[in-house]
Amino acid sequence: MAFGIKLYVWGDRACFTRPEMKVERVSYDVITPSAARGILDAIHWKPAIRWHVNRIHVLKPIRFESIRRNEVGGKLSAASVAKAMSAGSTAGLPNYVDEDRQQRAATILRDVAYVIEAHFELTAKAGPDDSVGKHLDIFNRRARKGQCFQMPCLGVREFPGHFKLLEEGEALPSSHGSLKGSRDLGWMLHDIDFEYGATPRFFRATMNDGVIDVPAWSSEEVKA
Amino acid sequence: MTAIAHRYEFVYLFDITNGNPNGDPDAGNMPRLDPETNRGLVTDVCLKRKIRNFVSLDKADAPGYAIYMQEKAVLNNQHRKAYDAISLKPEDKKLPKEEEKARAITNWMCANFFDVRTFGAVMTTGVNAGQVRGPVQMAFATSIDPVVPLEISITRMAVTTEKEAEAQSGDNRTMGRKHIIPYGLYRAHGFVSAKLAERTGFSEKDLNLFWQALINMFEHDRSAARSEMAARKLIVFEHESAMGNAPAHLLFDAVKIAPAVAEAEAAPRTFRDYTVTLDKAAIPAGVSVRELL
Repeated sequence: MAFGIKLYVWGDRACFTRPEMKVERVSYDVITPSAARGILDAIHWKPAIRWHVNRIHVLKPIRFESIRRNEVGGKLSAASVAKAMSAGSTAGLPNYVDEDRQQRAATILRDVAYVIEAHFELTAKAGPDDSVGKHLDIFNRRARKGQCFQMPCLGVREFPGHFKLLEEGEALPSSHGSLKGSRDLGWMLHDIDFEYGATPRFFRATMNDGVIDVPAWSSEEVKA
Repeated sequence: MTAIAHRYEFVYLFDITNGNPNGDPDAGNMPRLDPETNRGLVTDVCLKRKIRNFVSLDKADAPGYAIYMQEKAVLNNQHRKAYDAISLKPEDKKLPKEEEKARAITNWMCANFFDVRTFGAVMTTGVNAGQVRGPVQMAFATSIDPVVPLEISITRMAVTTEKEAEAQSGDNRTMGRKHIIPYGLYRAHGFVSAKLAERTGFSEKDLNLFWQALINMFEHDRSAARSEMAARKLIVFEHESAMGNAPAHLLFDAVKIAPAVAEAEAAPRTFRDYTVTLDKAAIPAGVSVRELL
């Protein structure tokens, strides 16, 4: 791909929650294409473009850790805000944490590092000023300087993801020896299809020597 | 209110003496530990809770500074709720389907609640615009050195029930335990996105209040479990541009913490046992550093 990018991403902790285990969160073994896209979006995104993740390189051994936290159970309803707005008072809106508490454990990843290979394509919203070159330049410039719209995260916001642009021709950081061989990671979330009412779509992820080839979004291998 | 125009990162150091900074519900309220390194942990949500508590103490009921995620402290509001329930005429329960209305709701929440404006909140009942992502993001705090939690047994000169008293034939004593860390210096990293601030209206004034909260929050969070906690350093990196001028990890790396005496014999027990240095030469152009504490 002429306009592909490679981004090196790393962090102390990560949680790419499996949708089937999201109450007591359990992370996937590796970053999902959807989370990888989120990291790219956090650096540069416009409605005119859509990122596609092509390949994920896993650089560090897959290790887990568990952490339990006090979390809030409920969500605020829009109706009660509308009511407070018309009353002109915030009374009654606050949420009393210790009356609505859940203790939830999360099984998270430790010490992760990935290289994300991706490209983007222009969407129907692209105007006459939008060209692939322009957006690629913006992304590269930002990633090189460490600029971002918001700090990218590894699955959840409490786990920030640091990043560095790998320039064209630059060697990939080496991957840990334990990742050699082929490993079936099972069905994994590819991304959420927001055009069809937020339908999740999955693919069968296999890791060969630490490399996961991500099938194209529109391909047959990606199933809703 | 106009939103902040710069991206920020911060390094925040705090310490604890003979207390438990953040109990682990999975480990019988022992201080949280990273099992691989034995370093202590304090979760992001634990620190955010204290920031909220500080702001609600400091601003009391000032308009625009209400706190959405309350710890049970403001009983008055509970009472007022009851009155409002009577005087308010019932609203239709319809959800605002139109984007404009949904946005008005989100904006109103941001304008009225400091924590929604700062950390965001999820307010979704099928409304698309009902989710706010706040500009301030914090990571887990980790202790500089491994910590050793101690279990301290304590006694109480009373019992709770008659039955217990009878069983002890009037001796009336019970034992309990406390978990403490003799000393731990913790380091937390945080991020403030100017672009997300634009969307929630997180202003310069809010930012200053946020720094104030970090500096002072432990002063208003005394308890038997926590013992002595203190904010020790707050180093803020201000980027010239809203998108930022340097990678966050480079800035964090510029703050180094080392033992005050190389190869010290005893384990660190006070903040004086550490030296904190800021490598000014490592700060790229376009980023200015301020030591607020």
